[in-house]
Amino acid sequence: METSIAAGNIGNSIARLEARDKVTGRAEYTHHLRLPNMLYGKIFRSTVPHGLIKHIDVEAARAVPGVFRVVTIEDIRTVIPHPYYGPAFHDQPVLADGKVRFAGEPVAVVLAEDRRVAEEAMALITAEYEPLPAVYDENDAMSSKVFVHDELKPAATFPDLKHLKGRAGTNVALDYKLRHGDVDKGFEEADHIFEHTFQAQQCMHTPMEPFVTVADVVDGRATLHTASQGPSFVRIEIARLLGWPENRVRVRAPFLGGGFGGKLYIKLEALTTALSLLVQRPVKISLTMEEQFFMITRHACTFTIKSGVTSQGKVIARKCRVVWNGGAYADIGPRVTQKAGLTSAGPYDIDNVWVDSYAVYTNRPPAGALRGFGAPQTAWAYECHTDMIAKAMGIDPIAFRRLNLLRNGRPHPSGTLLTDAALDQVIDRLAARLDWDRPLDRGTGRIRRGRGIAIGFKGITAPTTSVAVVNFFADGSCNLYIGTVDMGQGSDTVMAQIAAEVLNIDATSIQVIHSDTDVTPYDMGTLGSRSTFHMGTAVRLAAEDANRKIAEFGRALGLPDGHNIPLPELFKRKYGMQAGNIIGTGSFIPNYEKPDPETGKSTKVTPFWGVGGAGAEVEVDTETGHFTIKKLVNVADIGVAINPKMATMQLSGAGIMQMGFTITENMVFNDGQLTNGSLADYKIPSLLDMPEEYINEYTESRQKDGPFGAKGAGEATSIALSPAIGNAIADAIGVHIPDTPITPEKVYRAWCRAQGLPEVEE
Amino acid sequence: MSQKPTSQKRTIQFKLNGYPVSADIQAGDTLIDVLTQRFSLRGARESCGQGLCGCCTVLVDKKAISSCLYLAWFADGTEIETVEGISSGSQLDPVQQAFIDAGAFQCGFCTPGFIMMVRELLKENPDPSEEDIRHYLCGNLCRCSAYPEIIDAVKLAASRQREAATVA
Repeated sequence: METSIAAGNIGNSIARLEARDKVTGRAEYTHHLRLPNMLYGKIFRSTVPHGLIKHIDVEAARAVPGVFRVVTIEDIRTVIPHPYYGPAFHDQPVLADGKVRFAGEPVAVVLAEDRRVAEEAMALITAEYEPLPAVYDENDAMSSKVFVHDELKPAATFPDLKHLKGRAGTNVALDYKLRHGDVDKGFEEADHIFEHTFQAQQCMHTPMEPFVTVADVVDGRATLHTASQGPSFVRIEIARLLGWPENRVRVRAPFLGGGFGGKLYIKLEALTTALSLLVQRPVKISLTMEEQFFMITRHACTFTIKSGVTSQGKVIARKCRVVWNGGAYADIGPRVTQKAGLTSAGPYDIDNVWVDSYAVYTNRPPAGALRGFGAPQTAWAYECHTDMIAKAMGIDPIAFRRLNLLRNGRPHPSGTLLTDAALDQVIDRLAARLDWDRPLDRGTGRIRRGRGIAIGFKGITAPTTSVAVVNFFADGSCNLYIGTVDMGQGSDTVMAQIAAEVLNIDATSIQVIHSDTDVTPYDMGTLGSRSTFHMGTAVRLAAEDANRKIAEFGRALGLPDGHNIPLPELFKRKYGMQAGNIIGTGSFIPNYEKPDPETGKSTKVTPFWGVGGAGAEVEVDTETGHFTIKKLVNVADIGVAINPKMATMQLSGAGIMQMGFTITENMVFNDGQLTNGSLADYKIPSLLDMPEEYINEYTESRQKDGPFGAKGAGEATSIALSPAIGNAIADAIGVHIPDTPITPEKVYRAWCRAQGLPEVEE
Repeated sequence: MSQKPTSQKRTIQFKLNGYPVSADIQAGDTLIDVLTQRFSLRGARESCGQGLCGCCTVLVDKKAISSCLYLAWFADGTEIETVEGISSGSQLDPVQQAFIDAGAFQCGFCTPGFIMMVRELLKENPDPSEEDIRHYLCGNLCRCSAYPEIIDAVKLAASRQREAATVA
């Protein structure tokens, strides 16, 4: 149901509510927080990727003047008897517990009033390890006799992982299956078979505000101030660790200096809470940029994709095997494995589909959610594969996609119908923006040019709940209480616009109250493009509830419906003075059917479909492999844009970030040791990396059950950008680079191989 | 233990956003430490800690520096300007206003650093080309990648500044 009031808030590009606070530097971030009597914690980290801890020598650190305490797992255990946490598996110790599983894992913490003293003392800690054989590669981990964990410890919060409890002798944390039709028969009937393997690399979110948490635990109350995308989850997990009821744990999250999926679930919160509980003082831990690489990363992944195609170019069978490098701790990797597994055959109408998607442990820093929940890594494979088939068949890549496209009303291999997914229009707009019908001068000499497109889609984490509260004060002003965390995407503003539209007031008059679990109601998390759809609906319902209550208020005062007495006057009449509240609440959980664990079948596997596509034009210098992105186009289906300016910025920003993951960003390891954990060597895009021409747009579409027709926009342009660039490069040099990042070195080598030129040694 | 650098202390005096101040510092303190810890300023932020991201940009004697790499000791006797010093009351600096009007930020963490650099750019070059803008600001990183809007903001601020100069 939608209200008929049109207050002009929807489709209006108002400035962010907090714009002034952000340009003056006054905006609140946890980064700045200092509490009286607070200690700073500095983490001492493992120097070996896999080993038994023989001895930790903290004496020299303890002796440094100003050091309050040095803490290891033995100390933690005195306050939290079973100090293991995690959203999917309770596999991560608060500090290393007898064993380290990646180089960079927290082993001990120095607490001091002065941050520099804590740093200096930390450097004096030494540890002895008995090194164990390690496994780093996801494919090796599938069959290795080196096991990162002795047994699997699934969390009770995910009932579908229960059967994994106690499983031993494996690095596979989860295997996801999708079965549709008869894939073997499909291959038999096919005229052509294509099989390719692609890889995506491990990279990092790199929020400019590094991870930070302040915990203040005293007298049976824990208060956390934390740069978290999921305060409700943090509360649940901290309450579980402490064995306390949820109402004794308070989690606050102000603005975040970026999140991108990194600051989800539980990160520094477990450690800082344990430290504060131990010393009964507030404790703050702020990571350095380097340390962020040891906190959470994006999964490296190996994807083998095999397709059976008829001579007319119709794909009739597809088999996908995706192996996700989850690192040493599962974090939300099993969910990435499932969610990305769901869509890893691509947005195509294929009668016979078989998907196996595996989350595996390795001795690398943990991997979790990063803007797309794995969808970008899978699209990298299926969209490069699509172009390779099209080329081999002599069919235009766009025509080939149109021929095989999954269209609205048709079932996805899971059985869920595709609805409100503007894949057709995305292709049309990409073709128009790239002027696809115009012949491209690809060049014949040293400089070669190419163009490519790619499309993709994703399912949304389900089922998840959002709750919102609208609170009117007696002067008629109102606050909106939501757990959605504004980390730059503009949720405060968009939610205010949705509420204002229903309440028929001006969005800028609404005060949005930031996540504080003592005050704001439950929200599953600010993740996976879910907020506008889920929280937006909860906000709409809360505002409608408030409207109903305002109407009842009038009736109780004997006023006819449709009266025009202003709200402050109603309050005065009822309470005899400026007093009272009207509180509207809204709660939303979308329909969902749990997929069959053996086949992945479900009639409602996702609340909506995330849809995006990209196109690129590149110029390659074949003598050096250096390439320039001349033009980059993103087109997404985000339903109705509540705030067109901010929606477009989401598309644009996600595109540039994904460009970084495509061409420069790569965590480089040597024997399990990260060698480039700094912005000096891990290159995120700067202004100089911007494509010469950069276009972002969204289709004219509508998510019918979304608030005012809207759905999420945060990941839509992350999905298909890498293969668009990959396909453009291949169009220029004649061959595909199978692994990201696409570097000039790889392009040059691929060119040499394709031309039969002697290869230069590595 | 040997004498640690942190145990060497001294008092420095400087002007902070126009006001004379003093601070007791330790030898290892950086300027960002002093601004955030001693003066509780929020605008300059330490992010990369290596002078590579620009989040901690402030002016020392009218020159933009990375305050995460700048030893507080060297601030003695200087004039320091931070983002807190460029607006007065509700009156924003034209560059700040241009950042709002162009929507040139998302999370806002890097924004004060960008604004300080853009003001420097426009002092040196009132009519910068897009290429000039990209080069001048390439030491400031925005992970939300509001780069197209930042370029718009610089152009907007520059054109307003030129108009104002013409009127004057």
